[in-house]
Amino acid sequence: MRPGDDAASAPTGPGRAPMSRRCHLASRVVLVLLGAAAWWFLYSNLEAIASWFTYTLLGMTAGSRLASALAFFVYEAPKVLMLLTLVVFAVGIVRTFFTPERTRRILAGRRETLGNVLAALLGVVTPFCSCSAVPLFIGFVSTGVPLGVTFSFLIAAPMINEVALVLLFGLFGWKVAMLYMGTGLLIAMAAGWVVGRLKLERWIEDWVRQQAAGTGHSAGEGPVPWSDRVHFGLDAVKDIVGKVWPYVLAGIVVGAGIHGYVPENFMAAIMGKGAWWSVPLAVLIGIPMYSNAAGILPVVQALLSKGAALGTVLAFMMAVIGLSLPEMIILRKVLKIPLIVTFAGVVGAGIIVVGYLFNAVL
Amino acid sequence: MKIEILGTGCPKCRALADSVAKAVADLGLQAEVVKVTDIDAIVNRGVMLTPALVVDGEIVAVGRVPSAGDLRKMLGGKE
Repeated sequence: MRPGDDAASAPTGPGRAPMSRRCHLASRVVLVLLGAAAWWFLYSNLEAIASWFTYTLLGMTAGSRLASALAFFVYEAPKVLMLLTLVVFAVGIVRTFFTPERTRRILAGRRETLGNVLAALLGVVTPFCSCSAVPLFIGFVSTGVPLGVTFSFLIAAPMINEVALVLLFGLFGWKVAMLYMGTGLLIAMAAGWVVGRLKLERWIEDWVRQQAAGTGHSAGEGPVPWSDRVHFGLDAVKDIVGKVWPYVLAGIVVGAGIHGYVPENFMAAIMGKGAWWSVPLAVLIGIPMYSNAAGILPVVQALLSKGAALGTVLAFMMAVIGLSLPEMIILRKVLKIPLIVTFAGVVGAGIIVVGYLFNAVL
Repeated sequence: MKIEILGTGCPKCRALADSVAKAVADLGLQAEVVKVTDIDAIVNRGVMLTPALVVDGEIVAVGRVPSAGDLRKMLGGKE
């Protein structure tokens, strides 16, 4: 479908001559440019294509409930998937510039306040997977990154990710996406700062503090050729978009389908603005739940369309993807329980404040 | 030659182990393949993103599963 896909699966056999390598890069760049042009053409004409498909090709009558649901789906599904592909590709390339080693060098020995701000921002662009949380934690702390600064990174990295942002943008508009990113960053900065103030270093497992992490060289320290960066971006698309597309489609089906079948204000009583306890409850329910951003979006979509308040729903989403039980269990290897509880408590409190704030402002 | 796979058992670590086993078989290499799952040992190498691939003591890939072609190059160039 997209010409760029071919480049990712093209064989890169061993022992190619430099000359053919250059041709290979050139052809890959051409493919990416062609892909970008095709992307832009499709994306800017998507609305016309979608309504042509629904009303002309399928011959549905405008105005019927089924037709508008179908038109919504036929327009939204490719739109969100295309945005996701583009953003995941771009973020994949950006991430080749921010290895964890580099991020650590930037953060080591920083003063706390500025360190928290930087760490939260770097958490967004540094490649991270919660299964690497432990080696990353030790790698940071043992080379002089302050504990609170490390936490700012560990909070921001999972909570603010490209998938969450694209989905929020695609389904609820850029204001909600920006609010989510802005407040997510604020929580990461503030919670990390608080953890740093509390001086909780004694609750790091003893063996970690004795650990002298190799500051080791590793692959990716040298200059990375652009062909590798492009390759990395395409890999990210295959990996992430390949994994999340069913959830995205499910989210859009919920948005398109449920409409009209569940009473409009079904959720308003329990998750509306009126219920003051709904925000803390949503966070409490969200913490033990574990899902990626794509998995939780169908739920968010359904809750919002049925009258739940935006702040409550965003707080729920942040709690689900930002604070996960599996990650805390992994971190238990390096942190004693009081520190984990404090961490979850501080972040949870931050999320609750954000939930109330949104409900009050919007 | 000695091939080490550094990782605590995440899905990607298993994927890397599988593709390494396949590449070793395809290339007909005489290689000792070791899985390093101990966090101490991983961190001591300076690795912060798992899985990582170490060939004869040199870190050749971090935080990703190289494609079959790349993997053959990483392993093939060592013989």
